[in-house]
Amino acid sequence: MPLLWLRVALVFYSLGLVYALLALARKAESLARVTMSAFWLGLIFHFVSLAELTLEQGHLTPSTQNHAESLLAFLVAAFFLAFWIKYKTVSPGIFVFPVVFVLTLLAAVGQQSPEFTSPLLRRGWIFVHVTLIFLGYAALFLSFVASMLYLWQERRLKSKNMGKWLRLPPLQVIDEIGYRALLLGFPFITLGLIAGSIVAQEQFGAGFFRDPKIALSIMVWVIYMVLLFTRWNAGWRGRKAAFLSTFAFVAAVGTWAANYLSGTHRFLGP
Amino acid sequence: MTFVLIGVNHKSAPVEVRERLAIPESRLAEAIARLVQFPGVEEGMILSTCNRVELIAKVSSDTLDLRGFLREYFETDTDLLADHLYEYREQDAMRHIFRVAASLDSMIVGEPQVLGQVKAAYAVACGVGALHSQLHALISRAFAVAKRVRTETAIGSSAVSVASAAVDLATQIFGSLSGKHVYLVGAGKMSELAARHLIAGGAEAIFVANRTHARAVTLAEKFQGTAIRFEELYETADRADIVITSTGSPHAIFRREHGEKFLHRRKNRPMFFIDIAVPRDVDPGMNKLDGIFVYDIDDLQAVVSANVANREREAARAHEIIETELQRFLARLQTQEVTPTIISLQEHLETIRQAELDRVRGRLGKLTAEQESAIEALTRGIMNKVLHTPVTALKNAAREAEANTVVDHVRRIFNLNPRNLNPKHSNPKNLDPKDLNSKDTNTRPIPISRPRSEKQEEPAREEEKKVTPS
Repeated sequence: MPLLWLRVALVFYSLGLVYALLALARKAESLARVTMSAFWLGLIFHFVSLAELTLEQGHLTPSTQNHAESLLAFLVAAFFLAFWIKYKTVSPGIFVFPVVFVLTLLAAVGQQSPEFTSPLLRRGWIFVHVTLIFLGYAALFLSFVASMLYLWQERRLKSKNMGKWLRLPPLQVIDEIGYRALLLGFPFITLGLIAGSIVAQEQFGAGFFRDPKIALSIMVWVIYMVLLFTRWNAGWRGRKAAFLSTFAFVAAVGTWAANYLSGTHRFLGP
Repeated sequence: MTFVLIGVNHKSAPVEVRERLAIPESRLAEAIARLVQFPGVEEGMILSTCNRVELIAKVSSDTLDLRGFLREYFETDTDLLADHLYEYREQDAMRHIFRVAASLDSMIVGEPQVLGQVKAAYAVACGVGALHSQLHALISRAFAVAKRVRTETAIGSSAVSVASAAVDLATQIFGSLSGKHVYLVGAGKMSELAARHLIAGGAEAIFVANRTHARAVTLAEKFQGTAIRFEELYETADRADIVITSTGSPHAIFRREHGEKFLHRRKNRPMFFIDIAVPRDVDPGMNKLDGIFVYDIDDLQAVVSANVANREREAARAHEIIETELQRFLARLQTQEVTPTIISLQEHLETIRQAELDRVRGRLGKLTAEQESAIEALTRGIMNKVLHTPVTALKNAAREAEANTVVDHVRRIFNLNPRNLNPKHSNPKNLDPKDLNSKDTNTRPIPISRPRSEKQEEPAREEEKKVTPS
């Protein structure tokens, strides 16, 4: 059943994909309302799917690669909708919709990966760690999206060629969205890393720092800190902030991918 | 139907001609009342704005010339107007009024005022009872078409003046303008206009600096702003989010190093420079700074002409909408010619059905509720099946030119009451008593006022649906 609900959610998300494609051909304005309704419905089915999966397994921590992708897609979608409620701008959807769709697609119809067997996953702490990190990733992704939109809109304004593109949100609003998303994500990443360190300390001893994924994570966190700090202190905003935030996101993607290199994060058992 | 429209607009006539024909608001009601009294005019409306004077009427004969009315009303020789007057009949008149309401015929295509003006003219015409069924329907349709054009095309969405383009750009940078500070450097007419637009958009606090301080003070007073001495310009400019420059200075006033300083003091919050001075007051190099956006007069002009071009493209789409709506309206007018017959046909058969039911009921004795409804369904079913063919034939005929023949045949076959030639069967309240007494209508049977035909059709169709499956 959870898979069925997830596929239903996928169908609703697919409308978002259509929106994103049409937006590039600037024919999407009239579709925005339908897309948002579909996206909400998708989110509800997605939630049902995740809830059922949790009940089936009896623990909250994602137990397969697919489950993890599904959870991340859900969090990204939820963050996007939270910002939509505040700013009523669908434009970030141009990036968000396809990502949510692809993640959900991987989770829903991709090859079902073997269950993680590591006994580690039964522990409560690891759930806290994973969820917090995922929340942080979702926020960071949204901030990245805002940066992309910022650079795009800034270019349009500077080149004085507004073109026939769809209307993007005002520059300052995009800037604010990006900053808020960063602010929101920072505590999650920080606490998630702390929770992870506690588990790792217990499990692997002090040597865990040498793990490539953990090293990368710490790097992402440092970039994150720098981002916020420069903004508070030096008033870095706009283009510079957008580039830095893009860099942070790329590093985060690298961290996500580093599971394949990491000893501590390979949960498939020996 | 016979619609005629004559008039002049900004394209056909210079202002000297238009002003001679303009009818002030205070006299509009009287003018419309006189128009509908003009022999042959059944319904009428007059639209008089600064860009156009148009008379539209539903007339009783194809040959009626509204120039006669103009001659009479203005007591002028219409030959002098001949070069400027345009006249449209039937479809062309309908299309024209759709185009006017949708702002396709306006001087600035897509400007929103004209719809309001048409609405006002419509209200006045309604007030004097000059609109009954057909012209009434046409004008209401024109409003619906205008609305459709506005929502389905982007015809009115872009700025087509330099000042409004500046406001549009400012909102693309800052979002809401509320709480944003505007700084006027130089006290010209254009910058004043731009400031006025920005304030209308929500901007606050105006600073004015001018080489002649007195003029700065006068302008600042106009906006309840603050006048600032020109020497203090560089110390104070960073307070503004939007700077409008229009000085006569031969060199740039704001250069890159100033921009850097402002940004530093503003903690990189963006600034928007609108430079409408020639020679330019703002060094174009400033635009390269992260967070500063500079638009000079040519840039704004380019935005405007891009938008104008865009409006023209949208106008082509609007034109398609108008054509489909026009065809739809024509089809509806034609069905209106046959609906009275359909209604009398239905009523005729219903009377027979009720009479037969009453006659036979005595013989049937007491019936259960089920039997009662079975008989009801049976008789109704027969009636609807019998009706089906003639009604379809009538509706089909309406789409072709032979409506009148078919209507007459059906009436003769079913022995329906003589045809009502004057289909003023809209709202009886709209019927002007004067109108009923006029010699024109006396010769005809007094229109049997029926409720709107379309609504009548609906229940009948529903019954058909209910019956057919059983």
